[in-house]
Amino acid sequence: MKKNIKLLALLALGLAACQPEFDKAVDESGFYTSGDADLTNYVALGNSLTAGFADGALYIQGQENSYPNIMAQQFSHAGGGEFTQPLMNDNFGGLLAGGTKIADTRRILEFDAEGNPSPVNLDEEPTTDITNAVEGPVNNMGVPGAKIYHLVAEGYGDISGVGDTANPYFVRFASSAGTSVIADAVAQSPTFFTLWIGNNDILSYATSGGVGVDQTGNINPATYGSNDITDPNVFASIYSDLLSALTENGAGGAVANIPDITSIPYFTTVPYAPVPMDAATAAQVNSGYEDYNNAMLLYAGAGLITQEEAQKRQISFQEGQNPVVIVDEDLTALPNPQGGELPKIRQTTQEDLIVLLASSFIGTTVGGDDSQVNGVSVPLEDRWVLTPEEQLLATNAQTSYNATIEALASQYELAFIDAKSMLAQAAETGIPYDGGMLTSTYATGGAFSLDGVHPTAKGYALVANAFIAAINETYSATIPEVNPGTYPDVFVK
Amino acid sequence: MKKTYILMAAVLITTLSYAGGYRVALQGQKQLAMGHTGVAVINSAESVFFNPGGLSFLEKKITISAGVSPVFANISFQNSQFGWSTEADNPVATPFNIYAAYKINDWMSAGIGVYTPYGSGVEYPQNWEGSHLVNKIELASIYIQPTFSFKITDKLSIGGGPIFAIGNVNFNRNIDRSTTNVAGERANVTIDDSGVTAWGYSLGLAFRPTDKLTLGLTYKSEMKMKAKDGEAEFRNIPGTAPGNYENVTFNATLPLPAELAVGASYMINNKWLVAFDYNRVYWDAYESLDVYFSNGTASHNPRNYKNASVYRFGLQYIASERFTLRGGYYYDESPVQTGYFAPETPRNDSNNFTGGLTFNISERFAIDAAFLFIHFDEVDASYDHYQENGQNVPFGGTYKNNAFVPSLGVSYGF
Repeated sequence: MKKNIKLLALLALGLAACQPEFDKAVDESGFYTSGDADLTNYVALGNSLTAGFADGALYIQGQENSYPNIMAQQFSHAGGGEFTQPLMNDNFGGLLAGGTKIADTRRILEFDAEGNPSPVNLDEEPTTDITNAVEGPVNNMGVPGAKIYHLVAEGYGDISGVGDTANPYFVRFASSAGTSVIADAVAQSPTFFTLWIGNNDILSYATSGGVGVDQTGNINPATYGSNDITDPNVFASIYSDLLSALTENGAGGAVANIPDITSIPYFTTVPYAPVPMDAATAAQVNSGYEDYNNAMLLYAGAGLITQEEAQKRQISFQEGQNPVVIVDEDLTALPNPQGGELPKIRQTTQEDLIVLLASSFIGTTVGGDDSQVNGVSVPLEDRWVLTPEEQLLATNAQTSYNATIEALASQYELAFIDAKSMLAQAAETGIPYDGGMLTSTYATGGAFSLDGVHPTAKGYALVANAFIAAINETYSATIPEVNPGTYPDVFVK
Repeated sequence: MKKTYILMAAVLITTLSYAGGYRVALQGQKQLAMGHTGVAVINSAESVFFNPGGLSFLEKKITISAGVSPVFANISFQNSQFGWSTEADNPVATPFNIYAAYKINDWMSAGIGVYTPYGSGVEYPQNWEGSHLVNKIELASIYIQPTFSFKITDKLSIGGGPIFAIGNVNFNRNIDRSTTNVAGERANVTIDDSGVTAWGYSLGLAFRPTDKLTLGLTYKSEMKMKAKDGEAEFRNIPGTAPGNYENVTFNATLPLPAELAVGASYMINNKWLVAFDYNRVYWDAYESLDVYFSNGTASHNPRNYKNASVYRFGLQYIASERFTLRGGYYYDESPVQTGYFAPETPRNDSNNFTGGLTFNISERFAIDAAFLFIHFDEVDASYDHYQENGQNVPFGGTYKNNAFVPSLGVSYGF
């Protein structure tokens, strides 16, 4: 009998290990399907957005929350394979080249003694040195800073070209100095790819306040400066080449269009009239602009400029919040009676977009001279403001790029993601998720990280869901989405 | 002396739930084997728990029963919308029971019971999808119940006694769904308190209208376990986040609900006995798990439990002088209402199957073995009362649970 009891006990212990099984278990193969897509080798191409860049830097957590990595996790439910990323060395962000710092650490929100938040760079030293290449190939080939023509540029991963023709992030995982991003991608024979490129072809122009040149009409990218707008024909031609190369072996894929740069917090955070002033100061400042204002009216009377431009160039400060004085290169050149040219200056209007970084520059003095106040008595240079004329150049290029992307997506029968509409929704009404609303409001909106350009992990999760939804539809797949509410947004120190 | 030692050791052991709410129905091996009926079954010192009124009907001078019931509880969770799939790796818990009864004279008996009627032990993978609700919980309570029973007539007896309860709690969860420190580690809080005490009482009545039929009624009062100045440890909180997270303490109250039980047993012949019990547990005492921290913050977790019933059926067959065989079944209603299905006690209605036997080694000494299998139907459920930014954020999916409880005890009597 004792033996029986022992047996009974053994049986009981055996049963005790039985985890209950679901009728339909989500982790069993076949629960989710990839439909007509083959997800076994997914390769992601793009720029910083694809790399998982956030808070002004690339760092491990950001990479783990990059939309391609989030998607790959979900792909794994439907036959997706391993997904490797060129992970950074740390969570600080920033880069070294042979020990010299070439990129700064990530930004983080700090609270002062009064509880007011402000973004600061993480007080750490970067440890990721681009001279230490990661073992490739990697599935996430997003290269921060890449424009479309960079993806086909040979030598873009050549360390000797960093600062000029090469990119430090690609240096880390390029298979050779002479290779290109697309060559390394194709060499992996991807069965599935995503491509989200073209943002930087207008974004760097915009974030630099439009100091670059619109290269529309110039089809030689080798002659472009880093802040220029890429010619739409160059864009279309390379985009077509990229898709042709990626689909050569029958791979499926998904592509996304380019959002409006003007709705990102980088441009919407600093108001057009950021300068508070009392009546006495305003009167004092106005007296300094009296001659300039009068000159404008005279030139208008003389027919050198329109009345409209003369009015636009009247500079006037009042008690309360005031627009800033800016240099606008699109204003008419006018001779200065005392020799040379009159400054091309005016005050900002609601149509101007002041860049995020200007918030800590406007109101500062030049060399400690109280009469030399930036944005007031000293006009802001071109790089601080994106004027309506400059916005139009960026928008025109974007419209053309997006037409290209949508047409080619359709031609190649790829899943298409309307990132432009998504971002517009974030900026206009907000995008609801199960814990609130993601908006484009800087630092508190939840959708954008502290650099004002790149999404937070929550934002990237939304992007991943948009990709997944489009892939499910195009390829009759059933890949599960993710819950954005479970991803972090802004990091607090 | 030995008993004291066992008691001391037992206090260090965690108990675990596998019944409705965080109630643990494993109070005696003989009674467990027959569906945990026993309000009207009077055959051992287990009556200290099942019906203090019945003690004075025991025939032996001294009866002692002790046993332990290791619980292997399993929880599987999945959510098909997001592809989540998690299995809780619950620690093996060991509810125990010790009962002794002494017949002082023909009409009066005394007894004592030490047992573990409430507890919970659930451990999910750290930072799992529901970690903002619970990562890990350990809840244990030990009841110590001195009991007296009086025979009023040959057919009617009553009994009862005070209950002294000692409880421990250890509960860890992430503070929300996404906050981390600079290093990316999820911010979480652990509350821990032990040696929480409370007083209550137990009453029972046994009625034997005929030799074959026994009826019983018992009531155990509610007790409120009030943790005061327990330790609350916050980890991975962002360094400059507003607020104080150092040396925080907490206050919280957890009710151990009252329970009413009625039962009947009928001796079909010398070999066969059938028993029925009906338990009503007054879970509506558990409205909310509110934790008040000394830094001024509070955590409100509505539970809104409803009163629930358990329907029990048991059968006993005396096969020989050596062997008594038992079997049983009970249906245990969950006190959890729709929308309040929290992963810390993910219980829906359960079907429970029991069996066991007593092996009489000698006239005085016996070994009692029992086995319980708890089956919960697969259920789609959610907890809808977690809040973020002032709005309810539901957390749910499909749960499927079971538990296996081999139980072993000894009885001694003369």
